[in-house]
Amino acid sequence: METLIGLLVAAPLLGAAVLLCGGRRLDRTGHWIGTALAAASFLLGAVLFADMLGREAGDRTLSQHLFSWIPVGGFQADVAFRLDQLSMTFVLLITGVGTLIHVYSIGYMEHDERRRRFFGYLNLFLAAMLLLVLADNYLLLYAGWEGVGLASYLLIGFWQHKPSAATAAKKAFIVNRVGDIGLSIAIMIMFTTFGTFAFSPVLESVGETGEGTATAIGLMLLLAACGKSAQVPLQSWLGDAMEGPTPVSALIHAATMVTAGVYLIVRSGAIFDAAPTAQTAVVTVGAVTLLFGAIVGCAKDDIKKVLAGSTMSQIGYMVLAAGLGPIGYAFAIMHLVTHGFFKAGLFLGAGSVMHGMNDEVDMRRYGGLRKYMPITFATFGLGYLAIIGFPGLSGFFSKDKIIEAAFAKGGAEGWILGGAALLGAALTAFYMTRVMLMTFFGEERWRNAPTPSPKEPSVEPAAETGGEYEVPHPHESPKSMTVPMIVLAFGSVFAGGLFSWGEAFVHWLEPVVPFEHGHPPVSALTVTAATVVALLIGVGAAWLQYGRKPVPALAPRGSLLTRAARRDLLQDDFNHVVLVKPGEYLTRGLVYLDHKVVDGAVNGTAAAVGGLSGRSRRIQNGYARSYAVSMLGGAAVLVAATLLMRAV
Amino acid sequence: MSTTTELTLRAQEMIPAPDIEYGQLAPVLIVIGAAVVGVLIEAFVPRRARYTAQALLAGLALASAFAAVVGLAAAGRATTEAGLVAMGALAVDGPALFLQGVILLVSLVALLTFAERRLDPRAHGRHVDSFAAEGAAVPGGEGEKAAVRAGFTTTEVYPLLLFAVGGMLVFPAANDLLTLFIALEVFSLPLYVLCALARRKRLMSQEAALKYFLLGAFSSAFLLFGIALLYGYAGSVKYADIASVIADTNRGTTEALAGTTGNDVLLLIGGALLVMGLLFKVGAVPFHMWTPDVYQGAPTPVTGFMAAATKVAAFGALLRLLYVVLPGLTWDWRPVMWGVAIVSMLAGAVIAITQTDVKRLLAYSSIAHAGFILAGVIAATPSGISSVLFYLAAYSFVTLGAFAVVTLVRDAGGEATHLSKWAGLGRRSPLVAAVFAVFLLAFAGIPLTSGFAGKFAVFKAAAEGGAGALVVVGVIASAIAAFFYIRVIVLMFFSEPKVEGPSVAVPSPLTTTAIAVGVAVTLVLGVAPQYFLDLASQAGVFAR
Repeated sequence: METLIGLLVAAPLLGAAVLLCGGRRLDRTGHWIGTALAAASFLLGAVLFADMLGREAGDRTLSQHLFSWIPVGGFQADVAFRLDQLSMTFVLLITGVGTLIHVYSIGYMEHDERRRRFFGYLNLFLAAMLLLVLADNYLLLYAGWEGVGLASYLLIGFWQHKPSAATAAKKAFIVNRVGDIGLSIAIMIMFTTFGTFAFSPVLESVGETGEGTATAIGLMLLLAACGKSAQVPLQSWLGDAMEGPTPVSALIHAATMVTAGVYLIVRSGAIFDAAPTAQTAVVTVGAVTLLFGAIVGCAKDDIKKVLAGSTMSQIGYMVLAAGLGPIGYAFAIMHLVTHGFFKAGLFLGAGSVMHGMNDEVDMRRYGGLRKYMPITFATFGLGYLAIIGFPGLSGFFSKDKIIEAAFAKGGAEGWILGGAALLGAALTAFYMTRVMLMTFFGEERWRNAPTPSPKEPSVEPAAETGGEYEVPHPHESPKSMTVPMIVLAFGSVFAGGLFSWGEAFVHWLEPVVPFEHGHPPVSALTVTAATVVALLIGVGAAWLQYGRKPVPALAPRGSLLTRAARRDLLQDDFNHVVLVKPGEYLTRGLVYLDHKVVDGAVNGTAAAVGGLSGRSRRIQNGYARSYAVSMLGGAAVLVAATLLMRAV
Repeated sequence: MSTTTELTLRAQEMIPAPDIEYGQLAPVLIVIGAAVVGVLIEAFVPRRARYTAQALLAGLALASAFAAVVGLAAAGRATTEAGLVAMGALAVDGPALFLQGVILLVSLVALLTFAERRLDPRAHGRHVDSFAAEGAAVPGGEGEKAAVRAGFTTTEVYPLLLFAVGGMLVFPAANDLLTLFIALEVFSLPLYVLCALARRKRLMSQEAALKYFLLGAFSSAFLLFGIALLYGYAGSVKYADIASVIADTNRGTTEALAGTTGNDVLLLIGGALLVMGLLFKVGAVPFHMWTPDVYQGAPTPVTGFMAAATKVAAFGALLRLLYVVLPGLTWDWRPVMWGVAIVSMLAGAVIAITQTDVKRLLAYSSIAHAGFILAGVIAATPSGISSVLFYLAAYSFVTLGAFAVVTLVRDAGGEATHLSKWAGLGRRSPLVAAVFAVFLLAFAGIPLTSGFAGKFAVFKAAAEGGAGALVVVGVIASAIAAFFYIRVIVLMFFSEPKVEGPSVAVPSPLTTTAIAVGVAVTLVLGVAPQYFLDLASQAGVFAR
């Protein structure tokens, strides 16, 4: 069985290699190869899962040592895999959702002439993500971590002819580098402290090293998680990442890659348990991000950007839960899985809407689409109910548990965190209802040509292209797109219930992820009731604003907060002023120094050496006699020096 | 006392019949034997068939000699079974076999460039190689024209090459001073002749040969004088005897020398002159003056062979001399060698900057490299020996490959060696330029090339041997040297090609193979040097 673990990674890696090296002759079959290998990886995962269920709970961890990667003295890095309940959960999520999105992409990317390459990148992503979750040590995890970063970069910028996509890809890559530095520093600290970076020895001995070291490692890991999972303050890339094709947004920037940070924190739970300061930082980041993302989501008109804000916010919930310690770890992962289903479904639904609407993304140009796209409406609707936490659906179970755990943190901290989580739930209900109403209900605003806004001409450049407005003909998407959406909708509806049945999910993870029951200051039922009330308030507010009144086709000016939220709460302005500008000044200063001081010294030295060279080459005059004299002189010096050495 | 024993005793007083281990001498014997056969071929085989016969014979001889070296090494002669052969005249041990193997492989590759006949345009319908039609004819005279018309080629180069290789095989293995001297002459004389045989620019070639001969003879005289002084000091020319006298364990018994034996002044002067003779061959400053002129004037295949193989042989002999004969004098020779190494590295690198001819540039680069290798020699530790062995193996193939590339870039006057003509070569012939760039990067010691691994090994050995300051100078010299190597790369890839620029000749598989081997060795030794470093360190023990 162990030998199958490597194949999990190898199958999509092979697909990536074949598709990217195969050239044009694979243009017609490439997408099938890519999909087949993703499915093969999923089947392997399923076989391993069945095998794992067949064994005792304490005996379920498999490991496979492939080879010694970097054996240098005391520095031992192995390519070794570890398949336990936590990584198994991820394997199934990644390969399962990944396969569905491969299928969806066959239809979605049908008219793209670089479809083969797209599937190659998708396979590359799967391989890297599986490597990340299967690695048995932090260094190999880092390799996967960088691999998903690369795949994400390639896929965000897939439509490289669009400058905005190229810029977004670069932005994602650069912001992620900041986080990556955190991970690499964390690994370095681990190596100097423990002499190894394999999971088991590090996590087992972290308790004995003292809180300072643990805090340092924890904060660095948190920085890494912030980068990959788009948490404040490294959140700015996720919104722009929506420039990538929608299946990419669904797979990478919603369901899987962005959750890598949560995986990292939960996997390193022992480190955070030993470092309360780092844990506080984690919950703060989580709470801030969950509100930040939700507020941004409320103000955006671009359907994908709303979903991006929502992703940020939902991952904020997970990070919050992961920061709560054993009372939250399991729920973080549970929410991660249910979120994987409904967020992927929502993105695919959004893609399906765009597919039928000439790639329009502005929700103010939608309206009343439920008649034209019944399947999309139904599946999107179920995803919507799941994400807002409608009782009985997946999101309800997982989110409610997180809110409970947040209150259970205890003290003022518990109240603040719980309050933030509740407020987030209300906001989630608000912005998702807004999406639902603006897209599928109300009047059909797409029938009339858009009137360009005099104040903000650059808001929607797509509408300005071409002289004549082409009225879209909304239609349902092909089977290859709707089937994955239906499957994901099933997950959105039932996964949460299944997981919570007798706390099945918690017990499944318990051998590797420690679990404790949290005790909120008020009864669990009260918390659940409060959650439902928050949900109803959110839905109601949205209905008042977007259901009862017609939605204006042009965005109104809005309040100060709305305008700030439309600009992603000024995240880019903040980065520009605080980071980019000083960076530019620093660079200019350095360039000046380099030109005047360094180059001066360098050029001076070079000129001096050159002059010396020009003078000394004249000794070489071409006469054998003078060469002989120089030899004689040399011999004399040699003999004299040798004798002199003895004399001294 | 019976008659028999008396006879035996008398027999012992006579000169004993030498006891020769032919099996262990096989590499040398094969090469020299083939060279003699080559001479016979010149005398008896019809002119038409000589090229093929000579080239095949030489190839066969070098390959089987290499096989013999491998066989000896496999039989443990490099390690546990190492010892002296031929009455103590030669050593068969790790360094000797390693260097002989390198010399043979290098010669085999050099042979390919010798045999190349596609580069020069056909003369009177016949393929011609890089060598003069008739070496003895006056340049530009009637005799030469007649020889060219008749399609003569100097196939004597092959036996000459073999003789030179034979001498070089003995040189690092020589275990007494006379054998050392004879080996030196055996490989030097053919090289002088080979240098004079360029087909193009014959006057320059003859001038180079004459200079090389005059200066070589001059340095041989020093070497011989040094040998005489050492004999006067120790009463023997055998390495082990001299070493034991230095170590004061054994005073010579020859009465005629009783007055001089053990006189340290003789030892110091003799040792210095001996070392000087070897430094001349490796081209270290201040005995380097011949290098640029000879490298430039000699036919390029000969230059490549000479630059690679001579350096290997001469450094081998120098190592043996310093480690076997003069270990007792380490504190005397080390400071002097420090000076030579520093001056070689700096002078080679600095003067190379203003060179405008590719072959002269490579000549100065070889002077700088002689300095780097000396840094490893100075370490005076086992790791010093093995690092020098590795460096020599790496460096010789880079050099050979680089000179082979030089033979490809040609214009109407033959090889276009002026650097200005190489401008923009990368645009016109990206592959050739890229290959040359690999060799230049290896010379400069950029990681992932053999040059880096070699330089790292010698500098590490030097630093461990207490020569940290030398390493600092070495790194500075490397930085200066990197400038002119990379300048050539910039010239090739980032300048506009000249309108009337040279063309790159399409070589036969011979030169292509030679260059490919050079690139392959450069990259393999650069990417995965550990196996070869281990090999060199296993081979790093001298038999005494």
